[in-house]
Amino acid sequence: MGEDIKVSIRHLYKIFGSDPLAALQDVKAGMGKPELLEKRNHVLGLRDINVDMRAGEITVIMGLSGSGKSTLIRHLNRLIEPTAGEIEVDGEDVLAYNDEQLRKLRRERMSMVFQKFALLPHRTVLENAGLALATRGYGREEFESEANRWLDRVGLGGYGNHRPNQLSGGMQQRVGIARALTSNSEIMLMDEAFSALDPLIRTDMQDLLIELQKELHKTIVFITHDLDEALKLADHLVILNEGEVIQQDEPQQILLHPSDPYIEDFISDINRARVLRVRSVMEPNPNAEGASGDVEADDNLESVIAKAQGDTNASFRVMRDGKPVGVLNMKSLVRALVPTKASENGLRSTAA
Amino acid sequence: MASYDFVFDALGLRDWCDKDAAEGGGPMTMDQLLGQAAGGDGSAQTSIWDLPFPSLDALHDACNAMPQTRNVTKGLEEAFLGVKDSLKFILDPLTQPLSWMLEGALYGILNTPWYFVVPLLLVVVWAVSRSSKLVAFVAACILGMAFIDHYDYAMQTLSIIFVCAFLCVLFGVPIGIAMSRSDGMQRGTIPILDMLQTLPPFVYLIPLIFLFSVTEPKLYGIAIILYAIVPVIRLTDLGIRLVDKDVIEAADAFGMTERQKLFGVQVPLALPTIMAGVNQTIMMSLAMVVIASLVSAPGLGVLVLRGIRNLELGVGLVAGLGIVLLAVILDRVTKASLARINPEQSD
Repeated sequence: MGEDIKVSIRHLYKIFGSDPLAALQDVKAGMGKPELLEKRNHVLGLRDINVDMRAGEITVIMGLSGSGKSTLIRHLNRLIEPTAGEIEVDGEDVLAYNDEQLRKLRRERMSMVFQKFALLPHRTVLENAGLALATRGYGREEFESEANRWLDRVGLGGYGNHRPNQLSGGMQQRVGIARALTSNSEIMLMDEAFSALDPLIRTDMQDLLIELQKELHKTIVFITHDLDEALKLADHLVILNEGEVIQQDEPQQILLHPSDPYIEDFISDINRARVLRVRSVMEPNPNAEGASGDVEADDNLESVIAKAQGDTNASFRVMRDGKPVGVLNMKSLVRALVPTKASENGLRSTAA
Repeated sequence: MASYDFVFDALGLRDWCDKDAAEGGGPMTMDQLLGQAAGGDGSAQTSIWDLPFPSLDALHDACNAMPQTRNVTKGLEEAFLGVKDSLKFILDPLTQPLSWMLEGALYGILNTPWYFVVPLLLVVVWAVSRSSKLVAFVAACILGMAFIDHYDYAMQTLSIIFVCAFLCVLFGVPIGIAMSRSDGMQRGTIPILDMLQTLPPFVYLIPLIFLFSVTEPKLYGIAIILYAIVPVIRLTDLGIRLVDKDVIEAADAFGMTERQKLFGVQVPLALPTIMAGVNQTIMMSLAMVVIASLVSAPGLGVLVLRGIRNLELGVGLVAGLGIVLLAVILDRVTKASLARINPEQSD
């Protein structure tokens, strides 16, 4: 994992309405979303967002509908202009770009995958996959091999001459991903890319993405409203609510140390054993001697429970890259599985 | 005394009113003449029930200095006649190519032997529709009309429609595109389109007759284009505005220029709607070409007109049915080509 910051968002504000700059003063002075809507008839989209996205990582931005996540991702390639704040890509201020530079950014450095696929219905699958290259001015014979390569890679070899509407939803989104990959950009923006798909196909696509990411190491910004999906994909998880970042961290940390009742609500009914990894629960000790065997640091707890056959007295040596790094005993594992309760005055209690 | 004397008296305008009463105040209206003939001098007191609406004519009765309604229409006419020469100076050369195109098309289609023209038309029908049934139907219609010696008239009508519809598309599609890209342009254009669409077609003809000579083909050419261009403009605008926002966003996200977006995404996706507009435009130019025969447009319309003028029932009816056949042919052919565009996108 690279440690260099690829995309950096600083103090980003977005206010929708007729006079956002005036409303910005109120927001900075502390006016909340409902109040702003009532008094000034402006909608607060994003408030003071600060996120660093590292190169080669998947940054997942999670939130419910209306939390501003789709607005946020569209700021990165300036499909939406911010009211205030800074966005840097590779240390360059994207907001200072002129039209030509912005187009270059969108064509060569950032590609996007959409929730509703947004393929061009009048062009073939191959032409859709090669869209980014065609937009740069390449002829069909120049982008054909590249587009075909990525279509093969996402499992659509041989579909090049079909029209998008002849394919199923899952296959269409594979075309969407191939289109983003063919552009060979370092950054991929994925806006609820799998939300419109059936659960089974969604899992397939998540696996495909993880597999691709293992070899490509792109900087991926992934938007979702699904916590399971977020935990599965994220290297860095940003939780957004009402246009504000509530917590951002490694997913394991958020799960073990939720900082906000809203997040407790979210994580209260997920399968913790499947999401938590050995490394988050173990006791670090490089000289550890495992009694019952070895486990990998990135294994999830579910697989450890299966290995221990439910024996709570067992303990394991934790290995990473073939070296022992710690000890996991089953008692602390069980402790980590104690579910957090939904908070008393959080979302659910008000809904009930 | 007239009903509204009191208004002018109360406002103290009586002197101004009567200033040029001595000169007679222009020619008498029919009402005044009738009044004189009846022997009355209009001084009988009228009851409140008979109070007329304070129109220009009623006010003129009370005050000679007020203009009459006929001065308004006359003023409009004079204003038009006043600008006519300068207008003609600009419009004449601008529209001259239209005359040439129409003359050329009419000359071309009538001086090419029928055994070239008919197969050529059928090839065109086949090219756009790929339907042998339709080709057979069109062949039957044209040969049927030729059999009853209406071939020349039908071809004249057809060539006028081709030229006018072609020009409608040539100008209408860009106007529609411009409208779809600017709300201001749309707001400005829609009232003009509404007017063109609702103004009775005969009304266009009147000022056009003043501007151009009746023997010039461009006179009816302009009338047909003005009448028929509206649907293609409207539907181009609508079609482009209805293009899926997600697809446009994707085009933006991949860095398309405005031009790439317009010709690579918006126009192709709007094409079925635009073609529906072209179909409507062709049908409307066919409707207008009959009316345009009043101002020397050749074709089946001339026969219809002869039927009306001389009460030749048979001539009028046969020509009318010929127009129906042309309409059916044009409609089926454009719809068949439209249907060929649609499935390419939706299946």
